[in-house]
Amino acid sequence: MGRAKLPRKSTAIDMTAMCDVAFLLLSFFILTTKFKPSEAIAVTTPSSVSSKVAPNKDFVLVTIDKDGKVFLTIDDKQKREQVANSMNTTKNLGIDVAKFKAASFIGSSFSGLNSFLSISEENRKGDLLPGIPVKDTSNNELTVWMQAVNEAYAGMKMDLLLKGDNLSKYPSFKGVLTAFKKNNIQKFQMVTNPENAPAGSELYKKSMNGEKQEN
Amino acid sequence: MAELDTSGGGHKKGPGVKKGKKLSTRVDLTPMVDLGFLLITFFIFTTTMSQPTALKLLLPDDKVKPDEQNKAKESGALTILMGADNHIYYYEGQLKPDASNFLSASYNGENSIRDVILKKKAYVRSISTDPNDPEHDLVIVIKPGQNCNYKNVIDILDEMSINVVKKFALVDVFDIEQQLIDKSDATATPSSN
Repeated sequence: MGRAKLPRKSTAIDMTAMCDVAFLLLSFFILTTKFKPSEAIAVTTPSSVSSKVAPNKDFVLVTIDKDGKVFLTIDDKQKREQVANSMNTTKNLGIDVAKFKAASFIGSSFSGLNSFLSISEENRKGDLLPGIPVKDTSNNELTVWMQAVNEAYAGMKMDLLLKGDNLSKYPSFKGVLTAFKKNNIQKFQMVTNPENAPAGSELYKKSMNGEKQEN
Repeated sequence: MAELDTSGGGHKKGPGVKKGKKLSTRVDLTPMVDLGFLLITFFIFTTTMSQPTALKLLLPDDKVKPDEQNKAKESGALTILMGADNHIYYYEGQLKPDASNFLSASYNGENSIRDVILKKKAYVRSISTDPNDPEHDLVIVIKPGQNCNYKNVIDILDEMSINVVKKFALVDVFDIEQQLIDKSDATATPSSN
C-alpha cells in the first residue's frame, strides 16, 4: 500500500503572538505598580539623609497629619489588647476590646472613642477624624496613651516611630514630644523619605570615603 | 503576522534587470519575548520600592536640675529659629537686648543656613585650644517657632547630620524670640523652601 507522503512542516513557530502576550502583561504590570499602598491617613513625609530603613513590623507609630491631628497606631494586636485593658482599668473608658483590637489606628479623644470604634474600618479616614488631643498641655491625652503603651512594652524593646506631614505645624509636634518626654521616652525615630547627602557637604565627603553613618 | 509582503506590488522589472536575491523578512521574535518576560519579572519583584527611612532623635531629659545641665560656651553657641513660610533666623552666642545679632537666613540658595553652620564650625575650630576635639564647644540650639512646620524641623535636624554637628538641642522658643520671629515674618517676603 502506498502511503501518502505528508509534506514536511517547518518547526519554526510564529513568536508574534507570544510577544504580544508578553508585552501586554508587561504594560499591565507597569501600569498597576503602586509604589506605596494608599493609607487611611494621608501623610507626605519630609526627606532626610538618614539611610537607616524604618522598621515595618511590631512598631508603635504616632502620625501627625497635615492639619496637625495626631493618630496612634500599635502594630502588634496582642499589645493593642493590653493597652485597651489597661486603659479600661485606669481611665474607666469602657472600650470594646475586640473592636479596639481590630482597629488599625486610634484617632479620637477619650470621650469620642466609642463612637470612633463604631465607625467601620473602611470609613475611618484620617481627614474626617478628630485625632488625639495633644495641643492642650493640661489635657494631653497622648501622654496617657503612651503610658499604657509603655506598660504594655515594659521590659521589651519598643520601636517608636513618628511620622509627620510636611505641612503640619510645630505645636502638634511639640505636643507629641511632650507626651513622649513625660513618659521618659527619649529615643524615637522619625519616618522620612531617603535623600542623598548634598554634594560637597561633610557628610557627602564622609560617605565618599566609605565611612558609615552613625545612627 | 510578522512578515511583510515583499512580492513587489505590481512593479515589474524589465528583462535586462537582474533580480536581487530575495531576503526573508521574517524576524525571529524569541529574544524579544525573552526580554519581555524578563521585564515582567523585574516589575513583579520590584513593586515594593522606596522604603521609608528613619531619622533618630534623642530628647534631652527635662528633669535634670538646671545646675547639672550642660552649659554651652557663648563663643560656640549658635541658635537657629524657624518662623512661618519657611523663614529661618539665627543668632550667635546670646541674643543681644537690641536684637542686633538676630539675622535671617534661608534653607537653601543664597545665605543658606548650611553656610552659617559651616562658618560657625570653622570659627569654633579656629579658636579651639583642644587639638583632639576642636569642635567640642560647638552647640547648635534649634528653636522651632509656633508657626513653623514639621518639614522645617526635619530639615534642620537633617542639616545637623549633613554638616556632622555632634551637639545640638531642640528647645522651646522664648517669648521674646517668638515676638522677634513674628515681627520679622511680617516684614519678610515669603520664601520657598
